Amino acid sequence: MSDLQIKKSTTTYDVVIVGSGAGGGMAGYVLANAGVKVLMLEAGAYFDPAKDSQQLKWPWESPRRGAGTTRPFGDFDAAYGGWELEGEPYTTKDKTEFFWFRSRMLGGRTNHWGRISLRMGPHDFKSRDGLTDDWPITYDDVKPYYDKVDRLIGVYGTKEGLENEPDGIFLPPPKPRLNELYIVQGAKKAGVKIIPGRGAVLTEALPGNKDRGACFFCGQCGRSCKIYGDFSASSCLVIPAIKTGNLKVITNAMVREVITNKEGLATGVSYVSKEDMQEYQVNAKTVILGASAGESARILLNSKSAEHPGGLANSSGVVGRYLHDSTGSSAGGFLPQLMDRKRYNEDGAGSVHIYSPWWLDNKKLDFPRGYHIEYGGGLHMPSYGFGSGIQNMNGMVPDRSGNKKEAGGYGASLKDDYRRFYGTQFGMAGRGTAIARYDNYCEIDPNVVDKYGIPVLRFHYKWADDEIKQAKHMQETFQEIMHNMGAIYGGPQGPETNYGLEAPGKIIHEVGTIRMGDDPKKSALNKWCQAHDCKNLFVVDAAPFVQQGDKNATWTILAMSMRTAEYILQERKKLNV
Amino acid sequence: MNRRDSLKALGLSTLSAGLLLEACKTDNKKAAEETAPATAEAEAGRQPFEVERDKKLNADKFFTAAEMATITLLTDIIIPKDEKSGSASDAKVPDFIEFIVKDIPDHQTPMRGGLRWLDMQCLNRFGKTFTDSSKAQQIELIDLIAYPNKAKPEMGQGVAFFNRMRDLTASGFFTSEIGVKDVGYAGNAPNKWTGVPVDILKHYGMENVSA
Repeated sequence: MSDLQIKKSTTTYDVVIVGSGAGGGMAGYVLANAGVKVLMLEAGAYFDPAKDSQQLKWPWESPRRGAGTTRPFGDFDAAYGGWELEGEPYTTKDKTEFFWFRSRMLGGRTNHWGRISLRMGPHDFKSRDGLTDDWPITYDDVKPYYDKVDRLIGVYGTKEGLENEPDGIFLPPPKPRLNELYIVQGAKKAGVKIIPGRGAVLTEALPGNKDRGACFFCGQCGRSCKIYGDFSASSCLVIPAIKTGNLKVITNAMVREVITNKEGLATGVSYVSKEDMQEYQVNAKTVILGASAGESARILLNSKSAEHPGGLANSSGVVGRYLHDSTGSSAGGFLPQLMDRKRYNEDGAGSVHIYSPWWLDNKKLDFPRGYHIEYGGGLHMPSYGFGSGIQNMNGMVPDRSGNKKEAGGYGASLKDDYRRFYGTQFGMAGRGTAIARYDNYCEIDPNVVDKYGIPVLRFHYKWADDEIKQAKHMQETFQEIMHNMGAIYGGPQGPETNYGLEAPGKIIHEVGTIRMGDDPKKSALNKWCQAHDCKNLFVVDAAPFVQQGDKNATWTILAMSMRTAEYILQERKKLNV
Repeated sequence: MNRRDSLKALGLSTLSAGLLLEACKTDNKKAAEETAPATAEAEAGRQPFEVERDKKLNADKFFTAAEMATITLLTDIIIPKDEKSGSASDAKVPDFIEFIVKDIPDHQTPMRGGLRWLDMQCLNRFGKTFTDSSKAQQIELIDLIAYPNKAKPEMGQGVAFFNRMRDLTASGFFTSEIGVKDVGYAGNAPNKWTGVPVDILKHYGMENVSA
């Protein structure tokens, strides 16, 4: 290691952005298009869906037939990484649980997400129950940016006029698949509101955009789209920003910390290159973190100096605190009515075709806030796991001659069962609001570093009764819907599994670690996501979220990042940053 | 970008896309040939460690020749040739099983141990290994482990093994070209989704249901 030295760049960029996902990508897009010279650092590899997507491959083109051995969502899924990365550990404290999904690649986690694109509503920004802190901004402050994101990126949906589920500027939604029509019937009968899905997929050509193709309905958004028919931060934001000539991307650049000067202002960042394992420093007038709620908090906490002894932007001590992921619980079964169904191409779009926005009044419930339900089912492409557990299904329905069949089996009659059951299955998953709590947090582990020598995060996260009761309610709702559908399904998950409540981090909606607020003693960022303690430092991922609604975070990240980037442009004009 | 340009960007002319659609319905082999340009850059979008890992897995060997012979017999008992399609071994399911146990090592001990359990049962009953037993003897043994609800408790380990064999065989078969065609999957091709076809909506009485 004797020849190791820090290579300091002599160039000073207008802005350096850490991260190329929804937040970093949007900030880069806005700034580069405004003529600002931007350097973007991405901790993983370059990825262009046009070249790198596994779209339209057949299951036999994967030796593991699509199994998720190296990629949690399957061999064809676009996302590199997962909950475990070689050489990049994290730890947990007090026997609590947290699972941290990281996708080290251009576009970050926008590569695999379900493209479900929901706006947070007025009551998500300002609560009605007073249980959590309000955002320093309202829905009306963010609405113009949601509108602009809708126009820039494209989202399908329907105008419903729901109070806390604001409508957007929508492309037409895909129609439900056959199984989903049964779900619609079952949900309606149970009094559960159910409406067309809202997804970032171009069901029609996007007006004014010549670079992106319209969806051709392969249902494979998770693999990312070769014709840019869905939203990925790479295809829709970073690659177009590179084309302006104002944005430079350095990939495989793992950021250690933000460098500050004696005045406490940011002067740039340091990083280790994964390609040559050398150490670098780059200079910028403004630093933007969009590395993810976990990673941005980690960078700030690791950026200690005489001026910022508790870590950068952390005089309040809140950095890392209020970490919260969505709740999640799910169920599924099969529809005996659909045995032996006629085949046709039912791939549809790769985001949800239908969903249930939160429909109940909490006054009558024993838990706060709510959840939405995502649904799916149809004649999907077979992959690893096809037909598995058929012994739990084929004894429950009559055979072709109308006789009860012994469960399990083998031979020609079993082979026929796989055909008969194909396309009968469906699933539903609740995604709900978890309360942001001071005691759920990440911090720097005092004893552990990753393979680059960067101190790692240590998590402390516990679900409370609020979340567990919500999961219980989900399970009860699912049972009623499935019963109404005439489905065959298992019983509800009970207290032994916390009603199927997934461990924190498993829904990959973690937010809240660098919260916004008007009071610098209680928050790290002001209402523009600008650090109270360091005016040329901004955060544009989900870390600034004060309290997440039940809505998936991405659309709000995009709107908030655009808002912050436009604020930076104004402040640059005033020579404030 | 219009649809024609989109398809061009995918490396498909509108004509070949049409062929692709047809091919899906009639002959999956043809469809595979149509998508051949995509496989030419098979390493695109794969991380170097994944490429290396696959190479290593393919070079390694897990099952012995005797074990592979038993696996081949079992997969064909589970999914035999019928009037519609070939057998599990026609679809190279044993090769898939050899790969997947290396890929997902949790399968290794249950598979190796299950195969030995099966041989021991046959040796004790028939004085021969499973592969050397007669067809009737093989089926006699399989009947004891293929039906979880009526199997005797002392056959529990065999039931667990056969459930795993059945699952792996189904995975391997229905993700092969033969199996995808057999099950009638009609997608993975450019199209315009306009909802469930009208005749099918009618058949299920769903004409008036909408979200």
